[in-house]
Amino acid sequence: MVTLFVVSIVIFVAVNLLPGDFAEAILGQGATPESVAKIREDLGLDQGMIVRYFQWFGGMVTLDLGTSFAQLNFANSLGGAGTVTVADQIAPRLANTMFLATVTACIAVPLAVTLGILAALYRNTAFDRAANIFTLSSISSPEFFMAYVLILFLAVLNPIFPSLSNIFDGMPFSERLEKSMLPALTLTLVVTAHMMRMTRAAIINLLASPYIEMARLKGLSPMRVIVKHALPNALAPIINVIALNLAYLITGVVVVEVVFVYPGIGQLFVDSVKIRDIPVVQACCLIFAAAYILLNLTADILSILSNPRLRHPK
Amino acid sequence: MSGIMGFAIVLAALLLGAYVFRVAGQAVTKNAPTFRDMGFGVAFGYVLGAAILVWAIWYYFQPKVLETGVPNAGVVFFRWAVQGFIIAAVAAFLFRLLGRHVGTAGTRKLFRSMPLTASFGILVILIYAFVAVFAGAIAPYGQAEILGAANVVAGGDPALGGNPEYPLGTDQIGRDILSRLIFGAQNTVGIAFVTTCLAFFIGGSLGFLAATLQGWLDQLLSRGVDVLMAIPSLIFALLLMTIASVWANKLGIPLTIFMVLIIALIDSTRVYRLARAVGQSIVVMDYIEAAKLRGEGLGYLVFKEILPNAMAPLLAEFGLRFCFVFLMIAALSFLGVGIQPPLADWGTMVRDLAPFINFAAFAPTAAVAPLLAAGAIALLTVGVNFVVDWMLHKTSGLKE
Amino acid sequence: MSNLLTIKGLKIEGRSDETWTPIINGVDLELKKGEVLGLIGESGAGKSTIGLAAMGYTRDGVRISDGSVEFDGVDLVNASAALKRGLLGKRIAYVAQSAAASFNPAHKLIDQHTEGPVQHGVSSRSNSMEDGVELYRKLRLPNPDEIGFRYPHQVSGGQLQRAMTAMAMSCRPDLIIFDEPTTALDVTTQIEVLASIRQIVEEFDTAAIYITHDLAVVAQMADKIKVLLRGDEVEESDTRTMLSAPKEDYTKSLWAVREFKRPEKEAVPDGAVPVVSVRGVTAAYGTADVLHDVSFDIHAGRTVAVVGESGSGKSTTARCITGLLPPRKGEISFDGQVLPLDYRKRTKDQLRQAQMIYQMADTALNPRKTIGQIIGRPVEFYGGLKGTQRRERVNELLDQIELEPSQYYNRLPSELSGGQKQRVGIARALAAEPKFIICDEVTSALDQLVAEGILRLLADLQDKLGLSYMFITHDLATVKSIADEVVVMKDGIVVEQGPKTEMFSPPHHAYTDLLLSSVPEMDPDWLNDLLKERGVDNIGDAAVDKM
Repeated sequence: MVTLFVVSIVIFVAVNLLPGDFAEAILGQGATPESVAKIREDLGLDQGMIVRYFQWFGGMVTLDLGTSFAQLNFANSLGGAGTVTVADQIAPRLANTMFLATVTACIAVPLAVTLGILAALYRNTAFDRAANIFTLSSISSPEFFMAYVLILFLAVLNPIFPSLSNIFDGMPFSERLEKSMLPALTLTLVVTAHMMRMTRAAIINLLASPYIEMARLKGLSPMRVIVKHALPNALAPIINVIALNLAYLITGVVVVEVVFVYPGIGQLFVDSVKIRDIPVVQACCLIFAAAYILLNLTADILSILSNPRLRHPK
Repeated sequence: MSGIMGFAIVLAALLLGAYVFRVAGQAVTKNAPTFRDMGFGVAFGYVLGAAILVWAIWYYFQPKVLETGVPNAGVVFFRWAVQGFIIAAVAAFLFRLLGRHVGTAGTRKLFRSMPLTASFGILVILIYAFVAVFAGAIAPYGQAEILGAANVVAGGDPALGGNPEYPLGTDQIGRDILSRLIFGAQNTVGIAFVTTCLAFFIGGSLGFLAATLQGWLDQLLSRGVDVLMAIPSLIFALLLMTIASVWANKLGIPLTIFMVLIIALIDSTRVYRLARAVGQSIVVMDYIEAAKLRGEGLGYLVFKEILPNAMAPLLAEFGLRFCFVFLMIAALSFLGVGIQPPLADWGTMVRDLAPFINFAAFAPTAAVAPLLAAGAIALLTVGVNFVVDWMLHKTSGLKE
Repeated sequence: MSNLLTIKGLKIEGRSDETWTPIINGVDLELKKGEVLGLIGESGAGKSTIGLAAMGYTRDGVRISDGSVEFDGVDLVNASAALKRGLLGKRIAYVAQSAAASFNPAHKLIDQHTEGPVQHGVSSRSNSMEDGVELYRKLRLPNPDEIGFRYPHQVSGGQLQRAMTAMAMSCRPDLIIFDEPTTALDVTTQIEVLASIRQIVEEFDTAAIYITHDLAVVAQMADKIKVLLRGDEVEESDTRTMLSAPKEDYTKSLWAVREFKRPEKEAVPDGAVPVVSVRGVTAAYGTADVLHDVSFDIHAGRTVAVVGESGSGKSTTARCITGLLPPRKGEISFDGQVLPLDYRKRTKDQLRQAQMIYQMADTALNPRKTIGQIIGRPVEFYGGLKGTQRRERVNELLDQIELEPSQYYNRLPSELSGGQKQRVGIARALAAEPKFIICDEVTSALDQLVAEGILRLLADLQDKLGLSYMFITHDLATVKSIADEVVVMKDGIVVEQGPKTEMFSPPHHAYTDLLLSSVPEMDPDWLNDLLKERGVDNIGDAAVDKM
């Protein structure tokens, strides 16, 4: 939580490194002095930096994310009415992105963990080697490459899923799922590869420990060795792997949403970056960072909970 | 519904096949240990693998053109993929064979224990390096040169809308795609390489300093890095690029230079982490203690005692970081805020050429251009990753 | 009576760099019911590999290439996995070297204890639990009723080792393989584990293979002994014959290690200024004191052995003297001059005078530097010698440590054996031309024969160069062979100190007495006599706790 606070300062300071003034930056060269002054007042730019930071941060905490520059500009030209707040803009997008991430996680996590365990059990077999080449390749490829390959095969050549994910409110769940399928599959490919490799490494590491040898030498069945002796200890590393990769999803989601024109927060972020809509960029950035930090925190807590040494102190 | 039924039937057939395979194996080999101790899952794996192989061979020999006259694009792409894979494997094999017989005793020994994937990776890296250095000499046209015809399809067959002068076709405003691909190697790879070097210089030196000196400097740097790492890197890069673009306009410095600095900064945090960890594991060694007790200075400790021992992990990390930087630059360019036109760059090319993919069903060659640009990125990172994977495996010893 | 276990012509190979290299080259072994065989050899002799092969088990990357292993009529080499599983744990059990690593950290001790019997259908969970508590009681574990409900990390090393023996006993097997079960333990803890293992093996008439590198330990445990050297059998005979009349030269040389003794030196003249004087040193890591008021002197040309078990503060004392851990109180003087407490404040000459040799030669030598560079650096740094002069001095030093200069000058540490690396460590210390050298457990990672060579070399150098040594060790045999004075430490306090002859003859301080009497001797009756003399409750941790 402290980290999040510091991160918010970093983001704020970074944004304030902008040369000159937001107002000029938004309105560009042809701005009249009056309109600059108007915007400056609207944004409270005439106040000091620290005051502005606390106003902004206070707003963040109360979910008041400020007003988008683009909207403000638009509203100004109409005479100052009908502005849409950043929060209003982000909320539905965030929900869409969460939906996409959830679908991806539901496919990727069980798949990756199962495959990872299998690769560890049958290591150095043909299956393991093939999996190694495949996962390395898919980790190395940029997300948009995977995305276009999938579009090529699953949308253009065999029209199974739509290549554009133009989802909107009130769409029935099954249709929404179908439209989200290609972005979800793309993310799944990338994340699964990472997760599977890490799971494999964690399990192999574990299988080399003396207590697993001991369990085998006690004459236990291979299944029991895995379920009873390896899994309880593998929980912490696997949880870590999952959290790490879900955090990775956050980054991956930006590119994939752009490819599939998926109306999520990633696309909003990129669009805002292009038109330099600072309040939106700031807000999105903070949301991404918060999600990232939260996931890592959860992983830490869960791995403490699953570690007998920490659960049962001396 | 029929899909699910079909899946169930195939699954049942495979399960039955696995059972028969194991029983038959046991009977034929008179209960040899391989079949006797084989789990059902393993038998299933064998049967599944065999089934996939049979299907792949069957699919490979499907006709290229359907009876209706429409090209069967799926088969075309599948054949390309298989042929590409075979060519890659053969090239890697030949290259390894060459490496085993040419060169110094040291390099020959290295090639002897090398898996095919690693030799493939080295081959790819060498080719890219060559193309990047000599791009100007190889490319038939200039990277920003606008030629007569726009939207020429790849393949060079006039009947399908191609032109032998532009083997990979031209883009929407009529630039030769092959030339742009070649110059892309120079721009994208070159910039990524410079960025990685910079990140290593910053992160590496600070990391070793922190590990050797410890105390408040270490605390300060590490906490700072923790904060920077709490922001996802692509997001942070996009945020900083937004700001940089304004500065670039104002100061008249190319945005690309800002991009290099920004990515180097973000990446140096990861390098710092690794360098510090590696440094710390070396600093606790008794030979460092012996050197300290001898009264050696900081410079000797870092450069003569620590650095030589940190080379192997740092080199592997350099490969990984390079891939990461490379992909990040590609992603930024793809999103339109990275390397700026008219410089040819693979990420931008993918974005510009992407719409061609939708014509793949009618003209398979149309989809080649965007995939080639994206594939060029993927191929290099795959190659580097293969080499790094092998290096890590080698240095970690015979753990498996 | 037929054999319980018969191994014939066993050959085992291990994979390194894609090729199979032999580890065991045809070993035969026979074991009758209730018999205990001691397998003894130095590191790399293949003891553990044979022990595991006796269970029909090989580790990853190792395979049985030839020969047979027959347990009670079952051929374990060719048996199916299911058949072997039925025997393992139930009729053949295993006790590993490190109990702390071999117990699963995620389960309670008693759950791991009952797992074998329940899975093999030998008894029900509740019966097995009762039996476990009974075994814990027999093995004299504290709180036998409750200790089983703890997790492994909540129990001490010696207790875990006994709990593991109990677990091996849970199905009442016919054969137990003990793989160096006491190597990682302190001497006072070791003796307790030895006593309980032997008692339980005798009580249930279980056959056992006892693997160790310590002759004195195997003498207490085994009915017969087999000596191995690099995968080959050297000789086998019953314990008493082996101890009194070994046949092979190799076996004799193993026995001879303990015979190295240095002549008595004259007493230090009154009023002589000690080379190193430690006065009232109290030191702390963080806020907890780990050394309390430690004082002793080291005189010119003499060796002071600092003895104690792990955690007694021996190495911390060394760190205080070198200045790596500045003491909180007290002072350290050299030739009568008080030294600054922090090494960074000492002059180059003060640093030069005191050198250090480390326990692990692997971590003490920079793996990326050649032997010439390693030894040459202090020559250049302190002596200012360069070029050929430097080279000559290094050659001289290599001669002193009995390594051929032309052969070793350009080698890397990884191309040397453990003993050779330790010699290079000595040469590096000598290169500074010091008066005083701290030897931190310099022989404990080495095989006995090699260790003896190092001790002899150190003794020779002392006679020639008049060096003073501070010799940190937990091994009393080493102390007996090399020390002039002895300092006994426990929990950061000097318990007793004095000349060696006084220290090794009664009357002792109670702790010194316990330490001395806990060191196994090469006499098959030693453990029996000790138990008779003291009673089972007066050895090991129990005795320490009573102090």
